Amino acid sequence: MMEATNVGDELESALNGNRRAMARMLSSIENGQFTLENIPAKPPSRESHAWAVMAITGAPGVGKSVLVDALMTAWATEGVRVALLAVDPSSPRTGGALLGDRVRMTSVDNPAISDRVYVRSIATRTSSGSVPLIVEDMAAFLLACGWDRVLIETVGSGQAELRCAAVADRIVVVEGPARGDGIQAEKAGLLELADIVLVNKADLEGAERHAGELTESYALDGDDAPDVLLTSGLKGIGIPEAAKALLSLKGSNRALRARMRERLLAQHERRLVQHPAYNSVLDGLCEGTLDITEALTQLKGDDHERAS
Amino acid sequence: MDQPLRIVVAKPGLDGHDRGAKVVARALRDAGHEVIYTGLRRTSQQIVDTVRDEDARFLGLSSLSGAHAHLFPQVCEKLREAGLDDVVVFGGGIIPEDDRPALHAVGIRAVFGPGTPTSEILDFIATAAGMNDAGVGQSSTWHWDASA
Repeated sequence: MMEATNVGDELESALNGNRRAMARMLSSIENGQFTLENIPAKPPSRESHAWAVMAITGAPGVGKSVLVDALMTAWATEGVRVALLAVDPSSPRTGGALLGDRVRMTSVDNPAISDRVYVRSIATRTSSGSVPLIVEDMAAFLLACGWDRVLIETVGSGQAELRCAAVADRIVVVEGPARGDGIQAEKAGLLELADIVLVNKADLEGAERHAGELTESYALDGDDAPDVLLTSGLKGIGIPEAAKALLSLKGSNRALRARMRERLLAQHERRLVQHPAYNSVLDGLCEGTLDITEALTQLKGDDHERAS
Repeated sequence: MDQPLRIVVAKPGLDGHDRGAKVVARALRDAGHEVIYTGLRRTSQQIVDTVRDEDARFLGLSSLSGAHAHLFPQVCEKLREAGLDDVVVFGGGIIPEDDRPALHAVGIRAVFGPGTPTSEILDFIATAAGMNDAGVGQSSTWHWDASA
């Protein structure tokens, strides 16, 4: 709905700290009506801290939202300005989404810190992974608007969901108690990319044992093993320690190749879904006028021409 | 393809019943919209902050506690104070016919009672989305005549 003429004003207003303007600009970025090339280069200073964008991921129901809320409260109380991009799935059938992460958020409603906390709900839309790639641009914009740190809470994800590696500087994996036997901790996947693991719901039985299994498993990795901490977002257990550890969390170079692979694949997919013929090719597949090979050729063909 | 509309569905005040709000949220989701649900017991200010931060185009308020006559106009006033004049507000719940004209007068564009087909709410959304003066602080005096 934005008039072309006032985009400049809105942008300036957003960069000067107006939250309404910022929220509207984020929509424009999400909708592809505005790209980051149009903002004056204002890279966030990374001197004072090591990371700017952190992904919080883990299975559905392990308590990510409540934990994130507790961490944001701890940081904002210390004066850190923290923005959260909370991702929930879009319906693959209708494109609609029910974004419910705010239900568990108390930090945004706390007047003492609410000017240092921003929460934005995001639907996955056409993206296939647990994080739509446009979130990378939205995070960069928030940093340009003066937010110190950006958290991305992914869709509740499974063992092999690694897409968050494409958009974040650090990856926090949240686990819960009683998540299967010891062999689960040995399985490959998301846990290999973690910079730190938080075993949440620490007040429940099985949490300590699971944390022990993870620590043991990581010990085989040698020096570069991530820490495993026990937390309870709901009960406040281990939150000050986790908040401190996360704020100064160093990136590990473990699995660098795997992270780069995610970046590459994610950007490739982004190109594909942004291709002008994407929707008509999907139609063709549904109607049976195209097979998968032909569809790929169409999408690749145009792309190649544009590039050359 | 059109962008989905962003719609906040909120429960102001102390009322703890949200079956209706969830049914409406689900119907809006199934119609292809992005629905941000606030959860129970929100203050007017919290709701307005949510609408601002989420850049929502629509706000649906649900009340079954009888406090609508106080809370709904308060939310509308705070939206205007925050400069969110273009947000379209609608309401629903246990709201007697006699109370509705006062709500329409403060800029609420539709009030839906129990038994309203969800398709009617979607028709209202589509109609209001096509207007450019149906926001809570905008000039239109139009409102939707609800069937229930």
